[in-house]
Amino acid sequence: MYDIVIIGAGVSGAATARELSRFRARICVIERGEDVCCGTSKANSGIVHAGFDAPEGSLMARLNVRGNQMMEVLSRELDFPFRRNGALVVCRDEQMLPALETLRQRGVQNGVTGLCILNREEVHSMEPALADDVCGALFAPASGIVCPFELNIAMAENAAVNGVEFHMNTEAEDIRRTEDGYEVLTNRGPLRTKCVVNAAGVYADRFHNMVSETPLHITPRRGEYCLLDKTTGSLVSHTIFPLPDRDGKGILVTPTVHGNLLTGPTAEDIPDKEGVCTTAEGLSRVMERAALHVKGIPFREVITSFAGLRACEDGHDFVIGEPADAPGFVDCAGIASPGLSASPAIGEMISELLRKRLNLEPNPEFIPYRKGSPRLSSLPFEERNRLIRGNPAYGNIICRCEEVSEGEIIDAIRRPLGARSLDGVKRRVRAGMGRCQGGFCSPKVMEILARELRTGMDEITKAGPGSAVLKGRNMEWL
Amino acid sequence: MQTYDIVIIGGGPAGLAAAIAAKESGIDRILILERSERAGGILNQCIHNGFGLHTFHEELTGPEYADRFIRQAESLGIECRLRTMAVDIAAGEAAPVHTVTAVSSTDGLVQICARSVILAMGCRERPRGALNIPGFRPAGIFSAGTAQRLVNMDGYMPGREVVILGSGDIGLIMARRMTLEGAKVHAVAEIMPYSGGLKRNIVQCLDDYGIPLLLSHTVTWIHGKDRVEGVTLSQVDENRRPIPGTEQFYPCDTLLLSVGLIPENELSRGMGVTLSPATSGPLVNESLETDIPGVFACGNVLHVHDLVDYVSEEASAAGRHAADYVKHLGDKSAGTPFPMISPASKRRIPSSSERGIPLTAEHGIRYTVPAFIRPERMPSKLTIRFRVTDVYRNCRVCVCFDDIPVKKKARRIVAPGEMEEIRLERELFERHPVPKTIRFSLETQNDEDTQDFKEGR
Repeated sequence: MYDIVIIGAGVSGAATARELSRFRARICVIERGEDVCCGTSKANSGIVHAGFDAPEGSLMARLNVRGNQMMEVLSRELDFPFRRNGALVVCRDEQMLPALETLRQRGVQNGVTGLCILNREEVHSMEPALADDVCGALFAPASGIVCPFELNIAMAENAAVNGVEFHMNTEAEDIRRTEDGYEVLTNRGPLRTKCVVNAAGVYADRFHNMVSETPLHITPRRGEYCLLDKTTGSLVSHTIFPLPDRDGKGILVTPTVHGNLLTGPTAEDIPDKEGVCTTAEGLSRVMERAALHVKGIPFREVITSFAGLRACEDGHDFVIGEPADAPGFVDCAGIASPGLSASPAIGEMISELLRKRLNLEPNPEFIPYRKGSPRLSSLPFEERNRLIRGNPAYGNIICRCEEVSEGEIIDAIRRPLGARSLDGVKRRVRAGMGRCQGGFCSPKVMEILARELRTGMDEITKAGPGSAVLKGRNMEWL
Repeated sequence: MQTYDIVIIGGGPAGLAAAIAAKESGIDRILILERSERAGGILNQCIHNGFGLHTFHEELTGPEYADRFIRQAESLGIECRLRTMAVDIAAGEAAPVHTVTAVSSTDGLVQICARSVILAMGCRERPRGALNIPGFRPAGIFSAGTAQRLVNMDGYMPGREVVILGSGDIGLIMARRMTLEGAKVHAVAEIMPYSGGLKRNIVQCLDDYGIPLLLSHTVTWIHGKDRVEGVTLSQVDENRRPIPGTEQFYPCDTLLLSVGLIPENELSRGMGVTLSPATSGPLVNESLETDIPGVFACGNVLHVHDLVDYVSEEASAAGRHAADYVKHLGDKSAGTPFPMISPASKRRIPSSSERGIPLTAEHGIRYTVPAFIRPERMPSKLTIRFRVTDVYRNCRVCVCFDDIPVKKKARRIVAPGEMEEIRLERELFERHPVPKTIRFSLETQNDEDTQDFKEGR
């Protein structure tokens, strides 16, 4: 009997698990993917928004601002890259300048600090690559960028170290009310629990509707992105947004914490909860729109494109809390943008709710710190040499584009909740994330995975069951 | 810090040939840095034959061709550090000495002084992401070279039912290889109206095995969420846009991409070498020297070649020029800038007049290598290599000194997939006034043959 079963190991589930691991409780996270950070949490802008977009008084506004404030301490505790690079909402039409002031006032109401309006000269001197017709901007110095994978993985690892169980490849199929809580039926058997946290992303409505008469409805809103090579990452230093419209925050242009340039997302409501495909129209739209507010984006340097699905609830706000008719079942639904920014605050809010409901006692063994594996290429000369002397595998470069060594890949596999697939390695240490997209390193990473996991090369997958990389041996079918 | 006369970045065919030539020109302190566990570069996975016809007048496999150079380098006592990757090159400022930073398991991170550097890092394949092919991102999408490594080096089949996008040479070679190893290759789609590969490869790798080549076709959708389940191919119009209504579904478990090669110039860019937008390789002069004195480039890092024989030939020249450069430095007291270079310029990047006369690629010509010629430095005959922009029949390559035609060479047929060359004699510069630019263009006729060629191949 668990105290709490959390459905979903995305950023919300991981944040909740980490916050709850501060207390003595039997907790498990079930994840249908083969790894944490497999759904919406892996395919987004990686922006820690300042918090001026969401309507005043909304849960989105409150948790975004709070999450933004928490991110800096969290990044130090959990050792993931976060940088407050600041954001500019740029305006290209003199007539629309008042909209910037409206945004600023909303931000002030929401509790965002440091917002100011910049005139044409100020904004162009800050960002020389802005389109010539940009005539003003709202500057939000509190906005930041984060590696979405590392944020999610770091929180999950820390939760695991503090005693939370994680079950991957485990898909919830049904949820039933029992006398003392809930039974979650999964493809790997039933789990009995006092409470459930429903952090199932685009599927959260399905689970909610299994236990509550008040229906939720989530629409997947697809966002397509183009990621450009690191040679282009310094084109802009701030995150550049157009003025928001009714489709959302619009197509942004931003440096990433790893020095790439990212543009996107589109916003397209689709019926398919698995529709993470890119489209020719979507990618063209990303390029056309991005080029409107930033000039000279070298789109021939695109190294990959991808799509993610925001989980948009019909009420346009986060849905966090227990439905009136399902006590002990805590929704964490409708976590669309700014979900990543808000995630630490979401975890805090749900954890507080469950602490009260279950009368949880503090976990005296809770360790708030997590140390990431060393990233050799970013270390000073002597420090790097010291590590290589201690572990020569740190000197064997496997991924040439991102300069990732064998030792770092082994670390990624051996860590708590370690990588089990090529994509798992890629999200943890960036091998295969660079300009050749794994062309050179993927066979070598497969060998390391096979060796470390004591399995055959033919068992190695790109991203879990059904995605084996190899089909057979030479001449096998002759 | 260790000091070498010449440090060569990359131990593939270019690096090996450059090292051998430099050694034979009398330079002793030469070091090759090679990131993989053996020298020979990508040749090691090219187990098909057809290498060395020009160099050795016999047909060798890739590993055999590489082996001849590896043995020669070994017998000359050239030092080659394997499993060692150069991670940075810093161009010398005050003294003409560059600093190469390299990393390996055995030596850790080390800095090496180089009086001259030869860039020979080769190229990489353009990945799927660079093409913006819409659809899902399942397992089963490989660049052709990755598949080649898996099959030829590791003995694994990346797929059983295969479609290939792009008719670059590696894709064509892999169509044959996959077939021989038991897979079914359903089609090779090429977005252009002509193949990007060598004609001999189309005949020997596709035609001989009955694999259709679909010109003016591209992949417009990738099906399958976990593993490729098929691709949709569409015909494209003259602007390479898919034509609605021409979609055809090809069930397959694997898509191989052979859609272009990109010179790997991250180190060059990092040290400040100026690159050509046309080749993505360094702009070099007649001595294959970049705009940083003492830094030379050859092989696929300079521009993508079709035949390794030409890589070897070009790299030998780079090795000889680097040797001359080092010997010239030796004539002077250490630290004196190379005499061609203005000592006033801090980064010692030559002005345009010092760089030589620019070669310009005009009608029908995409680029030339070299990009500059200093007539006083050129050998009696200098090979200029170039690619054309389209398929042309019965055309003439025309070289003009400013507006004066000085040389013409008739070609029955030229195609972007086949590198061309023309030799310039030094005496041209003695017979004609020294030009401001040397212009390369194609004299073409608007004949229908060209169209026939494109459509019928």
